[in-house]
Amino acid sequence: MDNIEEGDYVEVITDKGTFKGVLLPKPKFSKDEIVIIKLENGYNVGLIPKEVKLIKKKERKIKTEKAVKLEYSKDLPTISIIGTGGTIASYIDYSTGAVHPALTAEDFLFTMPEISDEANIQSEVLFNTLSENMKPEMWIKLARAVKKAAEKSDGIVIPHGTDTMSYTASALSFMFEKLSVPVVLVGSQRSSDRPSSDAYINLHASVRVAKKDIGEVVVVMHAGSSDDKCYIHRGTRVRKMHTSRRDAFQSVNSKPLGEIDLNGGIRFFKEYKKTDENTELHDKMDERVALLYYYPGMPIEIFEGILEKMHGAIIMGTGLGHVSSEFVNSIKSMVKDGKIIGMTSQCIYGSVNMNVYSTGRELKYAGVIELGDMLPEVAYVKLMWLLGNYNFEDAKNMLKKNIRGEMEDRRFLL
Amino acid sequence: MKCGLEIHQQLNTKKLFCNCDSKLSDNVIGEVTRILRPTQSEMGEIDKAALQESIKNRKFKYEITDNSCLVELDEEPPHELNKEALEIAIKVALMLNANIVDEIHVMRKIVIDGSNTSGFQRTALIGVNGYIDTSFGRVNIPTICLEEEAARKIKEEGELVVYRLDRLGIPLIEISTAPDMKNGEEVKEVAEKIGMILRATKKVRRGAGTIRQDINISTGQGRVEIKGASKLNMIPKWVAEEENRQEMLKNVAEILKRRYAKVDDKIYDLTDVFMNTNSKIIAKEIKRGGRVLGIALRGFKGVLKNKEFRLGRELAGVVKVIGIKGLFHGDELPGYGVSEEEVEKINKILKLEDKDSFVIIAAPENKGKMALERVKERAKMAMNGVPGETRAPKDDGTTQYLRPLPGADRMYPETDIPPIRITEEYIEKIRQNLPKMPEERVNELLNMGISKQDAYTIVREDMDDVFERIVKKYGYPTIVARAITNGCEEIDYDTIFKALHDGKFAKEAVDDIVLRACNGEKIEKIISEYDTSINLNEIIEKIVNEKETLIIERGTAAFKPLMGLAMKELRGKVDGKLVSEKLREKINEKIKEKSQ
Repeated sequence: MDNIEEGDYVEVITDKGTFKGVLLPKPKFSKDEIVIIKLENGYNVGLIPKEVKLIKKKERKIKTEKAVKLEYSKDLPTISIIGTGGTIASYIDYSTGAVHPALTAEDFLFTMPEISDEANIQSEVLFNTLSENMKPEMWIKLARAVKKAAEKSDGIVIPHGTDTMSYTASALSFMFEKLSVPVVLVGSQRSSDRPSSDAYINLHASVRVAKKDIGEVVVVMHAGSSDDKCYIHRGTRVRKMHTSRRDAFQSVNSKPLGEIDLNGGIRFFKEYKKTDENTELHDKMDERVALLYYYPGMPIEIFEGILEKMHGAIIMGTGLGHVSSEFVNSIKSMVKDGKIIGMTSQCIYGSVNMNVYSTGRELKYAGVIELGDMLPEVAYVKLMWLLGNYNFEDAKNMLKKNIRGEMEDRRFLL
Repeated sequence: MKCGLEIHQQLNTKKLFCNCDSKLSDNVIGEVTRILRPTQSEMGEIDKAALQESIKNRKFKYEITDNSCLVELDEEPPHELNKEALEIAIKVALMLNANIVDEIHVMRKIVIDGSNTSGFQRTALIGVNGYIDTSFGRVNIPTICLEEEAARKIKEEGELVVYRLDRLGIPLIEISTAPDMKNGEEVKEVAEKIGMILRATKKVRRGAGTIRQDINISTGQGRVEIKGASKLNMIPKWVAEEENRQEMLKNVAEILKRRYAKVDDKIYDLTDVFMNTNSKIIAKEIKRGGRVLGIALRGFKGVLKNKEFRLGRELAGVVKVIGIKGLFHGDELPGYGVSEEEVEKINKILKLEDKDSFVIIAAPENKGKMALERVKERAKMAMNGVPGETRAPKDDGTTQYLRPLPGADRMYPETDIPPIRITEEYIEKIRQNLPKMPEERVNELLNMGISKQDAYTIVREDMDDVFERIVKKYGYPTIVARAITNGCEEIDYDTIFKALHDGKFAKEAVDDIVLRACNGEKIEKIISEYDTSINLNEIIEKIVNEKETLIIERGTAAFKPLMGLAMKELRGKVDGKLVSEKLREKINEKIKEKSQ
């Protein structure tokens, strides 16, 4: 098999006959003895070869000119697209099966020519990562890129992997005290190499939302399973609530800010903050904060071990905001040692209320801070941000106050 | 002539990539609306055909049924390939003498007409290089694939197409033969044989639409695909008609070439010619604001319609698919209310000479123009003979234009499903347990004492297991065979023959019971009407009591006349032997009773 490389046209001789086709790269998990070729009829098959013969070397790939030109129009606003990776900004290289990020503004326009009618597009690729690999230092990098882009554009769209998009949305929400442009995070649940991808509609809608006067960080995703409208979610209220559905993103304990239909018609359901004159960024994060899911039978040593080196923790407690009453004394001494401990609920929906049961009352007395209807992940990001930018007392006070729409007093049945 | 076959057979397992039932359902419990977009191909360009489809700006509505889940809705990744369906596909491939690939790779075949929510159909190549032997010789079967069935189209409302998800994802085996067949009888035989092999697995779905056949026919020029040629007995007719059509088109092409035929570009408005026409169709269209448009076909006279040539039908075919009912051409006018004078005027305006002809269409202006563009395109093709196209079979043996042949499939790997390694041990295990080939099964049934014709029919109808089970339990092979071959699939033959065996009715009644059961009557009810274990006693007792004097007079000699009376009432319902036994018994009782 010397001289033969992926992409060559080959003949594979096997016990089952001779096959001709293009040699394909082996996927990571394919068995060793197998070679994979693409037959003339388009099918890929794996074969155990006795011999592989070269018929024709692969032709040098001529890079096709993409038929889009970036034209600047004075009449249109300028939107910056900051790529971070994830499903929405990727396409598959079919010869290798590898997923590549859309690297340039041209790439985005090529797959979505409609958006050039909406705005002048600028773009940069900041990261190319799956969103489960995001971390606080990357949120900070992203925030700085947003601040820079805000100076030269009228709106910012951030394509992002959906797994941790709501964390990033929260982080940006807290870091930007003021925003002169809308910051819109957008993702997709079906990759853009499929004709049924939600990427197009979501991206199109996000560019349209980025042209508005919203001075907040929002998430734009499918409202339902149909391709008819998207919701505009507040960055501190949204959570991925399904592993795979298009409408996985939902505003929890609150209505979305609004919805946008396929023609760009926007309907708002709530008050939102208008854009400011300038953008103000506080970009420090204290990473020594834990997000801790309490479960029945959790050993107290584990609990204490996790919190030992932390400056604070958000607990996802049971029901209205509880952990085992055996933890009360331990928590009391941690709080005394200067740790901030906030309570949210693993129910996700509803508010914690630590007055109803005795354990709640004891925990509160021990110094646990009740965090209302704030989402656990949002509380986690918020506490990191508070400890990074404020002194202990201020951080403690601000944690339980609404500063970016992350908490509300009223919840409704319908 | 070369013919090939493509057979699609639904399997009776759970769906291919989820655990939903493979069935059709009228239980619609919701709907979603979607849009599909063409995607970049490997080379980075958007596929032209795909783009054209999407330019139509079509929306798709999907009806959600009780047998569809998030997978059919494209809201959840596909599950692993259904193991049972895979095993059946391998079985069929082995029965067709094919080799099984060492590793199966599921592919995505791009289809953006909305019939798949994902925008592609998942398909995998399972077996290669198979063959089947027929009385005409060997026919090669290059590929056997396992794929998912498309959603069921319910209706089209302008730009909205409505599909139902019940059918989406049902496993399909696709068997493609090489173009090795040379006549319609051979095609029929291959279709029938492959069909019987599929049914021999006992795991295929039955009923309308569960098996579909496409026939490819080429006589040296364009390839024509007859899509959905499902009626086996019609296949020779369809093939013969298509061969004639292709020969006719070749002859027409020769004539056109000889005449240096030409299709004029210009579309004329001929409405003024028809202001006082007697043609009802044209007058009606003009009254509605439509126009009469026409084109000149130079050198086409006589090939549009005469005894041998029917090019006019081909031209009409391409406009029918865009919703134009028909056209008129020079070879059929004057006629249909169009006068000689009107034809003369057309000849003058279009400057037609001796060998020239024309086509006119009465329609709204834009639609008429679009239709004539298609006619021009098709007329130009006629100079090259047979164009490749897809046609629909009709019950009269002819076929009808549907669309041009699709381009090569665009196929990409399905990255959500890992490749499946097929080991030799696994193949061997399946090979050891292959179902019997249909021929072998026919012979086995023959040995149970029925005719070859019946044995063949029973195997073809996939009723061989039912037949065997009943005959082994109760006997009556010829009666069971007749019942099954005349009857329908759904009825419970076991119950009928158990009852016969128990003496509840006579053999002669079986035909009637089967017929009534097939018409929907409850078997238990029919049998109870026939049931004689109670009635027999009553009826015989009644006769014996009525004819008491006769018995007293003649003693046991009264049996003969009384038997006549009894059989008058019981013939067909009860075995004669049973009646005579009972009657003798009752007569003896009576004699004893009276002599006391």
